[in-house]
Amino acid sequence: MPLITVHVNGVETTKEVEPRTLLSTFIREELKLTGTHVGCDTSQCGACVVSIDGKTIKSCASFAWQFDGAKIQTIEGLANGTELHPMQEAFRTHHGLQCGFCTPGMVMTAVALVENNPDISENGIREGLEGNICRCTGYQNIIDAVKTGAKAMRG
Amino acid sequence: MYEFDIITPNSIDAAKSEFDAAEDGQFLAGGQTLIPVLKQRLAMPSDLIDLEHVHGLSGISASGDTISIKAMTRHTEVAADHEVQAAIPALAKLANGIGDMHVRNRGTIGGSIANNDPAADYPAAVLALHATIVTDRREILADHFFTGMFETALEEGELITEIHFPIPEAASYMKFANPATRYALVGVMVAKSHNNVRVAITGAGPCVFRDAEMEQALMGNFSPESIKDGMIPADDLNTDIHASREYRAHLISVMVRRAVAEAVG
Repeated sequence: MPLITVHVNGVETTKEVEPRTLLSTFIREELKLTGTHVGCDTSQCGACVVSIDGKTIKSCASFAWQFDGAKIQTIEGLANGTELHPMQEAFRTHHGLQCGFCTPGMVMTAVALVENNPDISENGIREGLEGNICRCTGYQNIIDAVKTGAKAMRG
Repeated sequence: MYEFDIITPNSIDAAKSEFDAAEDGQFLAGGQTLIPVLKQRLAMPSDLIDLEHVHGLSGISASGDTISIKAMTRHTEVAADHEVQAAIPALAKLANGIGDMHVRNRGTIGGSIANNDPAADYPAAVLALHATIVTDRREILADHFFTGMFETALEEGELITEIHFPIPEAASYMKFANPATRYALVGVMVAKSHNNVRVAITGAGPCVFRDAEMEQALMGNFSPESIKDGMIPADDLNTDIHASREYRAHLISVMVRRAVAEAVG
């Protein structure tokens, strides 16, 4: 079995993985970081989005061994101790969630969108979230949250 | 998912010899189609030969009248490349409309073309722009490459290394996307070079195709008015829960007109 070393939320981990172990499975079942959700498992819903070296991917559509040596950030890596990341705080303020299942992927995606484009427009936010599905249809509050989160991230 | 072994070669020669040595090898590019296929147990390769670390398979270069894109170049990179944006903006726009941001960060042009999904975007660009597909053993013109649904002219173990896109005078890609998957219900690339016009249509049939009647009409007069409703018969088009063949036929005329209008500027 391949032996991989990954840096997840700043912590280095070395583990053996089966070739067919998905990154999402590795994160949830090996690293016990269950904030990354598996919604559809068909790479459509975006609940499993994590950030690899600053780029978001769907962790259910990649294998763990592909990220040997990579820096991986999951939803658990956003907050600074008990202090929420500004985007998490904005989701809380605007109630940008109902059941919360899609929220980890939404927040990871929103942070990447703003990091790539600090002055992102509302249209840019809407288009940028096209790979993330919310079944409670709470999109309006999510858009409001991302706008506020973007403003807070700009500082 | 069935079990398989992985091989991570770092040269094209090593990738080829590993493929030949494997019992039932399969190249892995960005994996955005192959991994879901494996998860559904629709394929059972003995070995995945990962192309990620193969030297010389990624990058974009411009030389005179051609843009060359290496096979493992991600959709995100094509969309953001300044040379592509300047020379063939329609190609950058197409790349930026594939799937979603997360898929574009992983998916590759070579993988998309080799897979030849009937609703994929890139085949329309390759065909309309009269691109040449370079493999480890030969060069294949786009007109001879896409041979049927999920079928291409690639032989067993043949590896795409890069795609050469001749820079057109004008080109435009217009997609009517499925609102959920962002796949093309109908996607149309129109390209004009000298006195030649090529119209390639994806999403509407079992495989990307050109339409001679529309091309002739546009060569006579490169204007949206040249495209009439009903120019494409619905008979051989796809019909499914998302759109009937008649609706797709209608969409083709609309999308071609929009593409020509944008290309005229």
